[in-house]
Amino acid sequence: MGDADLAIRAVGLGKQYRIGARVLGGPGTLRDAMAAGVRQFVRGGRARQEAPTVWALRDASFEVRRGEALGIVGANGAGKSTLLKLLARITEPTCGYADVRGRVGSLLEVGTGFHADLTGRENTYLNGAILGMRKAEIDRKFDEIVAFAEVERFIDTPVKHYSSGMYMRLAFAVAAHLDTEILLVDEVLAVGDTAFQRKCLGKMDDVTRHGRTVLFVSHNMEAIQRMCPQGIWIEQGRLAAMGPIGEVVSQYRAAHYEAAGGLGRFNPRSRSGTGWARVLDLALLDAASVRVGALPADADLRFQIDLELARDATAGASLRGLIVELNITSEDGRPLVSLMTADDDGVELPAARRCRLETVLSGPTFVPGRYRMNVFVGIPYLEHVDELVDALEFEILPPEHPWRPYALHERRGIVCRRAPWRCEVVAPELRGPHD
Amino acid sequence: MTPDVSAVVPRLRIERRRAWSVADLRELWAYRELLYFFVWRDLKVRYKQTVLGVAWALLQPVASMVVFWLFFGKLAHVPSDGLPYPLFSLAGLVPWTYFATALSGGSNALVGSQALISRVYFPRLLIPLGAVVTPLVDFAISFVLVAGLMAWYGAPVHVTLLALPLLLVLLVSAAAAASSWLAALQAQYRDVRYLVPFVTQFWLFVTPVVYPASLVPAKWRALYGLNPLAGIITGIRWTLFGGPMDLSLLTVSVVTIAAALVSGYLYFHRLERTLADVV
Repeated sequence: MGDADLAIRAVGLGKQYRIGARVLGGPGTLRDAMAAGVRQFVRGGRARQEAPTVWALRDASFEVRRGEALGIVGANGAGKSTLLKLLARITEPTCGYADVRGRVGSLLEVGTGFHADLTGRENTYLNGAILGMRKAEIDRKFDEIVAFAEVERFIDTPVKHYSSGMYMRLAFAVAAHLDTEILLVDEVLAVGDTAFQRKCLGKMDDVTRHGRTVLFVSHNMEAIQRMCPQGIWIEQGRLAAMGPIGEVVSQYRAAHYEAAGGLGRFNPRSRSGTGWARVLDLALLDAASVRVGALPADADLRFQIDLELARDATAGASLRGLIVELNITSEDGRPLVSLMTADDDGVELPAARRCRLETVLSGPTFVPGRYRMNVFVGIPYLEHVDELVDALEFEILPPEHPWRPYALHERRGIVCRRAPWRCEVVAPELRGPHD
Repeated sequence: MTPDVSAVVPRLRIERRRAWSVADLRELWAYRELLYFFVWRDLKVRYKQTVLGVAWALLQPVASMVVFWLFFGKLAHVPSDGLPYPLFSLAGLVPWTYFATALSGGSNALVGSQALISRVYFPRLLIPLGAVVTPLVDFAISFVLVAGLMAWYGAPVHVTLLALPLLLVLLVSAAAAASSWLAALQAQYRDVRYLVPFVTQFWLFVTPVVYPASLVPAKWRALYGLNPLAGIITGIRWTLFGGPMDLSLLTVSVVTIAAALVSGYLYFHRLERTLADVV
C-alpha cells in the first residue's frame, strides 16, 4: 500500500494519566504544591514519590486508508475516546506518534461553544469557527446548514429559547457541514428524534462516499457495522483486534459474553421499594430448562422468577393486587415489551412464603443484540414493593433456522415476530370496472 | 480515487511537542479568525440584558476619577505634575482600567472555557489573548473621554502624541504577558482566583495612577520601572501632555515587559500540551 493512500498512521501511540489525589480532589492548590515541597525537604531530599498512573491507551499502532470508514468498538473506559482526543489534538500523547494527512474535524460533542444568549445565526458562525471553519466557508454553507437543521424560522432567536431538539439539530448541522478530510465521530447519532437520526446517518454515509476518512466510535453495533467496513476493538487501552468490522464486532461480543459473565446472571444491584416481597432470582432458560445468557432469535424465551414474601405478609389478605412485571428493554434502556402476571393469561400470586413464577415469550422474539430486563413487584399506582433495574442482561443471537424474510426483519424493527396471514379473493377478475 | 492531493492536503505529525517552535507561532496566526470570533462573542454577550449598555465602559473610570479627585486631589493635595488633577488622574485611570480588566478576564479565561478546551483543538493561547483584546473596545471609548476632557481644559496637543501607538502596544503586551501567566497558573492552581483581585488592588497603589512617578526619588526611578505599568502610564501622560520624560523608567519597563512576554508564552506553552487533562 502506497504511503500516499494513508490518511492516518499511528505508531505506538500511548497516553498516560496521573491518577490519585490530584485528580480525585480536582485541580491542585498552591498549598498542596507547597506542602509537597516541604514534605520532600523534610524527608531529606528523597526522590519525588511517583504519582500513581494509568495508561488510558497504550501502544496503539494502526493505519487508516484515505476514504475509509473505521469503526472503533470497546467497553466504556477502554480508551476509545482517548484515541479520538489524541487524534483531535485535544491532548498530547505521552509516547508514540500519529501521522495525519489532511485536516481533522471532530464531532466529539456537538454544540460545543454554543452560547445561550446568542441567536441561531450567531451561534452557527461562532460554532463553525470553533470547529475550524473559515468565515467565508460558513457564509457559503449557511443556508444549507439552516435547512438541514430545520430551524429557518428561528434562526434570529437566541438559542436559549430553542427546544432541546432544535438546539441539537442546529448543533449537529453545523458540525456535519465541516469539510475536513478526516472526521472523528463519537456517538453523536444519539441526538434528536428517529427521523433526524436517520438523516444524520444518511449524512454520514454521504461523507464517506465523498472520499473522506471517518473514525466512528459507537456502542451501536448495528450502526457501526452498516457504516464502517473496517474496525478496531480497544480493550483496556490496547488494540485487541483490527480488521473487517464483522469479525471485530463478533470477537468483541464473544469476549464480553465470556469475560463479563454478566449475561444471564441475576443482578439485584439496583433495587428499591418497600421490600415486603423480594425477587430472589430471575433467570432466562432454554428449552431444556438450563439457565443461559444468550438464545437465538427464533427460540422461545422462558423466564423464571423466584419470589419471597415476608412472613407477616403471607398472613393477611394484603396480597390482593400484587403483581409481578417483567420489562424487556433495548441495550440503551428503551422499553420494548412488558410481561405481567396481571394479564388475562396471568396468575394470582399465592399467599405463600416462596413461589416460583414462569412465563414464556414465544419465538421469534427480537433481532440479534443485547437486551436487559427490569422487574417490578408491587401494586400498580399504589406501592412499589420491589423494583429492580437491569436485573438481567441477555443476548439474542442470529436465528438457528433463519426463516425466509429474516434478513429483512432485522432491518425493519427491533421486535421480530411471525404473523399468520390470510387472503380472500374479493373480485375474481384482474381487470377493474373502469377498463 | 481522486488525483494526488498530497500537494494540497496538510500533513501533520501528532506527538509530544517540543517546548517551542516557529510552527506554533505560525499556527497562532492561522487561527486569527477564531480570535476575532471570541472577541466578537464576548462583545455581543457583554452588554446583552443590561440597561446602561456601553455606558458601563465610561462609568468605571469616571467614578474613580471623581473619587480620586476629591480625596487625593482636593483633600490630600497629591501633586499632579502641574496638570488639572481630574485630567491627570483620568489619563492614568483609563489605561489602568483596561489593564485590570484584561488581567481579571485573562486569569479566568481558561477555567471559564473548560468545556471548549476538553472538546475542540485550537491554540489555547487564543483564550487569554481574547480576554486582552476584548476590553480594548472599552478602552477606545473611554479614551474619547480623555480627549474630551483635554479639550475642556484647553490642553495643547504635543508632538509627543506620535509616540502614543507605541505605548499602546506596550500596554497590550504587558496585559498579554500578565494574563498568559495568570491563566496558566489558575488552570492548575485555583488559588489564583482569590489572589488576582488582591494583587490588582495592590498593583494600583504601586502604579503612578493617582500620583505622578516624579514623586518617587530619582535614584529609585529605574527600580520603579520594574513595574511595567509605571513606565507605560507615565509614558502615556507624556505623549498626551508633553514635558520631560524619564527614559530610564521607560527602558526598564520595556525590558520587563519583554521578559514577561517571552516567559509567559513559554510557560503557557508548556502547560498547553496537557491543558485538557488538568483544567
